[in-house]
Amino acid sequence: MNPVSYQRASSIDQAIQMAAGGRGRLLGGGTNLVDLMRKGVERPSSLVDVTTLSDAIEETSEGGLLIGAAARNSAVAAHLQIRSRYPMLARSILAGASAQIRNMATVGGNLMQRTRCLYFQDVAGARCNRRAPGSGCDAAGGFNRYHAIIGASPACIATHPSDMCVALAALDARIQVAGTRGARTIPIVDFHRLPGERPDLETEIEPGELIVAVEIPPPRFARSTYRKVRDRASYAFALVSVAAGLTVRAGRIEEIGIAFGGVAPKPWRAFKAETALRGGPATSQAFEAALADELADATPLPGNAFKIELAQRTLSAVLTELSGSDR
Amino acid sequence: MSRMQNAVVESVKTVLGWVPAQWLPGGTPDPLILRRAAIGRQASRLDGPEKVRGQARFAAEVAMDRLCYASLVHSTVTLGRITRLDTANAEAAPGVILVMTHRNMPRIGTLALIGLTDLSAVGNSSLPIMQEPAVRYNGQVVAAVVAETQEEADHAASLIEIDYAVDTAKTRFDDAKDKARTPASILIEKNHVSVGNAERELGRAPHRVDNIYRTPGHNHNAIELHGVTVAWQGGSLVVHDATQMIAPSANALAKLFGLKKEQVRVLSPFVGGGFGGKGLWDHQVVAVAAARLVDRPVRLMLSRDSVYRMIGGRSPTEQRVAIGADADGQFTALVHTGYSIMPPYGACPEQYTLGTRALYRSKSFEIVQRHVDLDVVPNTFMRAPGEAIGTFAVECAIDELAHAIGIDPIELRRRNEPDRHPISDAPFSQRALTQAYADGAKRFGWERRLAEPGARHDGEWRIGMGCASGSFPYARMPGANVRITLRRDGSATVSCSAQEMGMGTATVQVQHAADRLGLPVEAITFEMGDSALPAGPMAGGSSQTVSVAGAIMAATEKLTGELLRLAGNDSPIAGLRAGDVRLVDGGIAGINDPSRRESYRSILARAARDEVTVSAAGSAPLEMLKFAMHSSSAIFCELRVSKVTGEVRVDRLLGSFDCGTILNPKTAASQFKGGMIMGLGLALTEETLFDERSGRIMNATLADYHIPSHLDVPEIDVMWTGIADPRSPLGARGIGEIGITGVAAAVANAVFNATGKRIRDLPVTLDKLL
Repeated sequence: MNPVSYQRASSIDQAIQMAAGGRGRLLGGGTNLVDLMRKGVERPSSLVDVTTLSDAIEETSEGGLLIGAAARNSAVAAHLQIRSRYPMLARSILAGASAQIRNMATVGGNLMQRTRCLYFQDVAGARCNRRAPGSGCDAAGGFNRYHAIIGASPACIATHPSDMCVALAALDARIQVAGTRGARTIPIVDFHRLPGERPDLETEIEPGELIVAVEIPPPRFARSTYRKVRDRASYAFALVSVAAGLTVRAGRIEEIGIAFGGVAPKPWRAFKAETALRGGPATSQAFEAALADELADATPLPGNAFKIELAQRTLSAVLTELSGSDR
Repeated sequence: MSRMQNAVVESVKTVLGWVPAQWLPGGTPDPLILRRAAIGRQASRLDGPEKVRGQARFAAEVAMDRLCYASLVHSTVTLGRITRLDTANAEAAPGVILVMTHRNMPRIGTLALIGLTDLSAVGNSSLPIMQEPAVRYNGQVVAAVVAETQEEADHAASLIEIDYAVDTAKTRFDDAKDKARTPASILIEKNHVSVGNAERELGRAPHRVDNIYRTPGHNHNAIELHGVTVAWQGGSLVVHDATQMIAPSANALAKLFGLKKEQVRVLSPFVGGGFGGKGLWDHQVVAVAAARLVDRPVRLMLSRDSVYRMIGGRSPTEQRVAIGADADGQFTALVHTGYSIMPPYGACPEQYTLGTRALYRSKSFEIVQRHVDLDVVPNTFMRAPGEAIGTFAVECAIDELAHAIGIDPIELRRRNEPDRHPISDAPFSQRALTQAYADGAKRFGWERRLAEPGARHDGEWRIGMGCASGSFPYARMPGANVRITLRRDGSATVSCSAQEMGMGTATVQVQHAADRLGLPVEAITFEMGDSALPAGPMAGGSSQTVSVAGAIMAATEKLTGELLRLAGNDSPIAGLRAGDVRLVDGGIAGINDPSRRESYRSILARAARDEVTVSAAGSAPLEMLKFAMHSSSAIFCELRVSKVTGEVRVDRLLGSFDCGTILNPKTAASQFKGGMIMGLGLALTEETLFDERSGRIMNATLADYHIPSHLDVPEIDVMWTGIADPRSPLGARGIGEIGITGVAAAVANAVFNATGKRIRDLPVTLDKLL
């Protein structure tokens, strides 16, 4: 690990000021950034600890919730309002990492975490366009079980590893950002970028900006859940995960939200499938047809082609469960 | 191993075949088999409280004055030569004391590979260690930095710049199969075994299966990372190591650094998991050399990444198993052949076919292993090397054949149960696998299994049961020495440079010595973990317990003679000879006339002695050559497979073991369960991701290399026959490794029973079940 300076910010303005210029990085729980520093993937010269900023979880005037960026993942998952009104969010967080990591990890840090692509993490032995732009991608012809089947580019096929962000995507969360040029709000579905030719540019956050809070609109689903499929029963990243919310009235889908994890470079909101299903019947045939359309553009690799079928089966099972038609 | 060795071993076995059993070790069953008090009792580990309180000192925790810290640099290419080496920035970095590369590393020879002929030969690799610019595998150590703190050493190591001229490396298993070599022997067994004409028998068998099974590479992941704290004291060397081979390591380091044996002391009182990986590798040698150059004590603890790069694991294999059976299911042909990696500079042959020779009767056999030569870190022994993955192939094949014939797989095994060793015709010393199956099946509820695959459901889950045999050979190592000191106050100390990797070495030997010496367990101290003590053998091959026990037996015989001599003519036991007495209740008593007895206290007092000390070595383990000595097990598994996702969840696992006398049910159950959990990893999750393009391991972390998590491990039930082996000390056979064997096959067979899908390549991941 390189020598690094450490400062703790006591206010948003101070954090912005401390991080401005230089190669300073904002530090939440450190559960990803510090690992990457140890591996030499990240080499910041200074760290600005922002865990002292707001970790409050409060109700908004419109009936949603506002979660401070410094809120610990475990606190969010345990919060009564979140468990009762947004079960998919609580479940997504509990499906990720380990209890110890969730106790440390912050909401802001979770949004900013980087891919776990094996080649991205191997500074000494592998080429990676995301880590070293223009160097090439060793994942494409290598181990790509955990890689994207949709939304990737020739430059990068890595997936975003978060579980929480998948639920936030399905919930239409909005990310509140502060910075030297003022505050703004970015919808979560636009927050993470697709790799295109610049996989190193991962989010819409500009230099000098920091995440202040995550805003969740009032609940719009009668039922919601999160299902994660992985290579061991816990402490593994998703091969496929589904966050889904559903309201069915008289056999017709009134409201629906679907997002996938483990299949794309960002939490993959299945807009096409939602549009196809909204207003239609809540049947497994409809679910399967809608997702086939959603994944029509998928470009699987030999190591991950199974994910197309896995995504279809998992979504269908989740929606069937939520619609209650299996009872 | 050579043809010469085959000839020697074969002729010894032949001669021993003519020698009456009672002349050999184990010829008369160990009297303690019938007369035991502490042995067989449930007892907690003696070192438990120390470990729980954090007082047990591991190798990388030993405090020393002026200690400095080392960090390693690994090659990032696979085959080639260093063409530029710039250490200037590292040398100028804060706290750096030394940068050591092939340029300034002391000139030393190479390690002798682990072998059975020379007990000081314990090298896992015979490649030169930082002696030349050549690089032979990806991850080989090319530089070491020593600094005042670990952080400074790690940082400086990252500043070393190296350029390589890269050669084309052999990294593709399938490509290298064409040039595979067929060794003459595998360990001490002849490699190629051909009985009858198996291919012809297979061709005309009414029932047959013939399939290829694949197992991936695996890496060692002991909780404790490999670590060493080294100090030169004058011309002598003290090495605090995490090792399974204390005395042999001391000998090997002495040889390598031109020292006398007594100038090297290796201490290793506690090891946080060994599993075959804690041997002598490059890091101890580098630390010793660095400590000499800086003239200060050096600590080198490997990172998890370094463990993957420079400590070998289990070789991948491709195995063919074919079985032919007649109309009654009796085997007419058993074929087990295959490929595994063994570079010429490595020591471990991954003996996956050895167990197959003793498992079933068959009219014909064709068994042979071929070694694939790749440019990789040499693979090494990893819990039940050979049997862990050999049983996967064979026991899946048995299940497939049973399904094809339409009979219960346990019944098929029973029909082919051998009454003598199927190849050598040697008698089994003891074997009750059929009973282990019967007991296990009853406790598990095997009769509830439906033979038809896919017949049981629970919601989205298909439910299945499977079983498989496990096996592991008995071994007792030559060269086990102990010292016993018996004091007038009725206490005794037993000393041996034995190893404790968490399994309860001292605990069990205290129980043993108490019964052997006729003393309460509280009176016994077992000293171990130090090469200054009488040399014990390495802890490997599940052999340590009986090897040390054999030496304690020999020393006790000597002690008995010494006590009889000291007792003299005025004692109630005067005139009795060693064979006429036993040690019981703190003294010596006649076997035929127990009223003739005298306490140790009385004997030593009369002789005006405070204590008496004897040293002895265990007898040569000839019983292994005269008898077929194997432990075996029946593993049962019940699991669920999701119809939606293909995820496998194991609900129940039961192991029914036939391993001779169980010396301590508590530590034994822990060993069995630990092995079975490792078997679950082998079955479902573990796989070294070796990138054949680069020759590099890509998942060198516990996040990316999936050992089972807590949630993957179900309730595990273990039971045993407890039938003593009349040919071994205490009637015991090793139990450290057998737990892992058979588990992968039991899981894969249960998956078949649940889904109708045969998965013949491990691990059984969900994509294979969609």
